[in-house]
Order: sequence, then structure tokens, then C-alpha cells
Amino acid sequence: MVKVTVCIGSSCHLKGSRQVVEELQYLINKHDLGESVELAGTFCMGKCGENGVSVTVDDDYYAVKPENVLDFFNDVVVKKVK
Amino acid sequence: MANKDQRKFDTKVQYLQYKVLREVARGAMNDDLLDRITDIPKTIIPGNVPTMRCCVYKERAIIAERVKLAMGGDRTNPNVIEVIEIACDDCPTGGYEVTNACRGCLAHRCEDVCRRNAISFDHQQKAHIDKTLCVECGQCAKVCPYSAIVSRRRPCENSCKVKAISMNEGKAASIDNSKCIACGACVYQCPFGAIIDKSFILDVIDMMKKSRDNTAYKMYAVVAPSIASQFTYAKLGQVVTGIQRLGFFSVVEAALGADMVAYKEAEELHEKGFLTSSCCPAFVDYIKKQFPDLAGHISENLSPMATIAKYIKETSSPCKVVFIGPCTAKKMEFQKPEVAPYIDSVITFEELQALFDAADIDITSLPEGVLDNASYFGRIFARSGGITDAVGQAVKEHGFEDFDYNPITCDGIEACRTALLKASRGVLPHNFIEGMACVNGCIGGAGCLTHGDKNKAEVDAYGRLAMEKTISDAIGIYGLATASPEAKSAPEPQE
Repeated sequence: MVKVTVCIGSSCHLKGSRQVVEELQYLINKHDLGESVELAGTFCMGKCGENGVSVTVDDDYYAVKPENVLDFFNDVVVKKVK
Repeated sequence: MANKDQRKFDTKVQYLQYKVLREVARGAMNDDLLDRITDIPKTIIPGNVPTMRCCVYKERAIIAERVKLAMGGDRTNPNVIEVIEIACDDCPTGGYEVTNACRGCLAHRCEDVCRRNAISFDHQQKAHIDKTLCVECGQCAKVCPYSAIVSRRRPCENSCKVKAISMNEGKAASIDNSKCIACGACVYQCPFGAIIDKSFILDVIDMMKKSRDNTAYKMYAVVAPSIASQFTYAKLGQVVTGIQRLGFFSVVEAALGADMVAYKEAEELHEKGFLTSSCCPAFVDYIKKQFPDLAGHISENLSPMATIAKYIKETSSPCKVVFIGPCTAKKMEFQKPEVAPYIDSVITFEELQALFDAADIDITSLPEGVLDNASYFGRIFARSGGITDAVGQAVKEHGFEDFDYNPITCDGIEACRTALLKASRGVLPHNFIEGMACVNGCIGGAGCLTHGDKNKAEVDAYGRLAMEKTISDAIGIYGLATASPEAKSAPEPQE
């Protein structure tokens, strides 16, 4: 099980965390990965200055922009699952 | 400097209370409260010329009592509202009396309107009220063309719409805990500052220290949306940064909890057919104490404060959550067994100001942080009519088109009582009661720094700034909403 945690604090919310979550939800369903990816939220990761929404995959940190979610999903999440 | 400070508050009573809180907080932050505690009265009341009472010694004795309350007050008293007996001025309680403005006119409207024949006239034609006959109906005062008849009721008793305040043997005000709903109206109205809400600032400072800079656990501040009408001498973003400088890891809008509550409350209303709101703890307490038969109709939802705190605890533990708001009744609510696991303490805006200054944080010099999670609808919960609008919006977003939403908005206990009386007799034509114990809603709360006419407009303006425009959008990402058609179809990823 891979745990993907998206920051939903104010700063990331304004950078588009809702879009990131919605797209990840969509992609997880599309690739039928509901059994192997757990999507969660958390209030603030303390990296509000990063250029992108704070996301952790297990313990690794990524700054993800809403327009890069697909790349992030393919390059990081899918690889990690496999 | 003193004048500049004072502008932040409505009254000198609040200012005095603030100074006590600030000194106590400063001591706690510097770990020398026990050394300084006996000096605090003299720090606040220097010199030997009294400015408030008969002598500086009484003034200082009262300050010492205020210090106790700032440190948590009498922990054996379950109520968070307490009377400082020596500060109570034993205001007159005579009820309706004729003043020397009576001109001894011919009309004698007062006599005619009095059904108890309690009014007589002396040889100068001046009116007198026979207290053995008078029932304090107030009709005579209403009809006197010279406004010569006044009601000498204590401001505290006058403000207490649940009639929890009476006079004890020593003539000081006394609170009946079985009736008190901790709304704080008396705290705000007592001109002598003799009724005060207990403060939990020491608990909060202790939590901050033990968090060891948010490493042992994270400190979250949940801020009520009425904050939009407070701290107007600075920008809201600066207040957010200030809260973080105090030692909080992050600041979250209680309004997001309000979005969650509105969404669920609409569902509950649709299912049950009649509901009263559960956001205002004083209103909920009022129903339980005065209309127990209606208690089954109180929404089962936790308040917005508790709802968002529960969510924070579920997603972001280990953490401590402190609610910062305008409300004294929240200080009761967070101690309830169903809320205690989520909220660790509650402070008011007044107390937040004291913490800022105790830590020498000048918020006007800070960069602006951000506070944006909730929708417009969650944010307008802060003022009367907000819940009504939000639940109406949620009814729409749920797609309950068949449902006839017929709300009544009640602010102030008197308006709530009228609606609840009708509901208890089965003659209320409405199916949803929005109840707020404070007049104007939370922006009229006793823990507000200021209570201005513009406050509603400020809350509405803050609401319109929200990035999320619908309730489903605001709560959509939390998996709570099965939501509106837009939210269901997640956007196509860009190839």
C-alpha cells in the first residue's frame, strides 16, 4: 500500500490542492489502483514556500503543481506501486 | 501608547481585563509568573490616586481577583462565567421608579395605563409608585411624555435573558449555574467588569511550551470566521502570521467545519423534517435547559469548531487544537465529553490580543499569511442568517428539489425563545431554526474586541474573498461529499 498525502493547508489550498486531490482521485480510479494507493490529506507540511502543492508519497516529499499531476502520478505513484 | 492600545477595545473594562491577561501571559511565557504574580496589581494600578474605585487598595484587590480568573479561576466551579464579588458595585435593583423629571402633569397617562393602581400623586402632583402593588410591567415608563419613569435594573440582570442572575445576601450578583448558558452577555454588559469569563491562556501557553516548537506535537489554531471583523487595525493575513509566531504550527478556518456542518445538516433536515441548529453552544444549552422536550430536534452534528478539529485530529496527529473565537460558551462546549477529544483549549479574540502583546508581537509589522479553505457559506456562519443561507445552499447542492426549506433566523435569546415556544406548542410554521444566543450572531460575541455596526459587512466581504464558491467544492476533497455534478466529474488530466 502506497500512502499519498496531499497538503490541504491554506497555502497549498490556494496553490490548487483541491485540483491535485481531484485529479489523483480520478487517476487512481482510472488505473484501478484503489486497492494499492491510499490518498489522504493533512493540514500543512510546513513547506508553504515551495513552488507547488506539498505531497508526500510514503515518506518522500514532492511539490506538485496542478498542471503536473499526470506526470507526477505516472513517474512517482505508479512506479512506486509497481 | 495606552490610548493606542485602548482603541482596540470597545470599553475600558475590556482594556483593563486585557492588561491583566497580558501580564499573566507574559509571566507564563517568561517562566516567572509566580515571582511576579503579587506585583501584577501594582504594575497595573501604580501610584496612589484611585481612578476607578474608592482607593488604589481596593482597585488592586480587584486586580488580584482578575489575575485569578486569568489563571483559570475557581476550578471547582464548573461554570466558565464567574462573579468577582468585590468588584460588583451592588447596583440599585429597585425596578421602576419615578425620577425628578416628573413634572406633575395633568394627563396622568401613567396612572391610567397602570392596571394595578400602583401610581398615586403627592401634593405637588408628582407621581409615586407603590412597590407593593407594582408588577414591573413597564407600561407607565412607556407612556410618560417626559421619560420620567426609569427601570432601575442591574445591567447584568437586564442582559441575562435566561434569568440566571440574581442578588445574593451581600447584594452582589450571583449566577445560577443551572440556568446559565455561558453566553457572556453579562460579561460584556457589566459596567464594572465584575463578571468575567475564566481564561485558559495558561493551558495554551503550557501546551505551546510542551510542543517544543511543534516537534513533540503540532499546535493547530482553529479560528472563527468572525475574526474578519476583529483586529481591524491590521490585515487578516498579519493576524494569521502573528498566531504562527506565537507558536502555532498552522491556522485553519473553523469556517471549513461550518461548510461540513451545513452539508450534513441539510441532509439531516431532509431526513428528519424539523431541526434546530447545533453551532451555537449557548443556544444548544438553552434548549436543553429550558425546552428539554425539543432537545431531540437539535442537529446531531458537532459544531463547526468540533467538526474541523475532529478532521484535523484524524489527518494531522499528533497535534493539539486550540479554538480562537468570539465566544465564552465555547469554553464550556470544549469540555463536553463529545467535544473534549478534539478541542484541547479555547481562547477569545480578547485573549489572543493579550498573547500577542505579551509576546511583544506587533502584528502590523508582520508579513501576511494566508487563511483560505472554506467557502463563502462557511464563512458567513459568523453572522446571523449565515447558517440559514448555508443550509439552504447545501439543500440545493444535495439536489433536494422536492424539499420545502422553510427556515427561521433567530439572533439573541429572546428571538430564540419565541421560536422555541412556538415549536414546543407545535405552531411554528418553519422547519429549521437557526439559533444564535448573541444578537447579530457570533460577531456580537462577548469575546470580541469590538462590536461595530460594520462587522456584518466585514464578514460578508471576507466570505466573498473565499477561493471556493460552493460548499461541495470546499469540502469535496475531504471525501465527505458525494457532492454536486461538477465535483463528481473530476477534471480530465491534461495530456
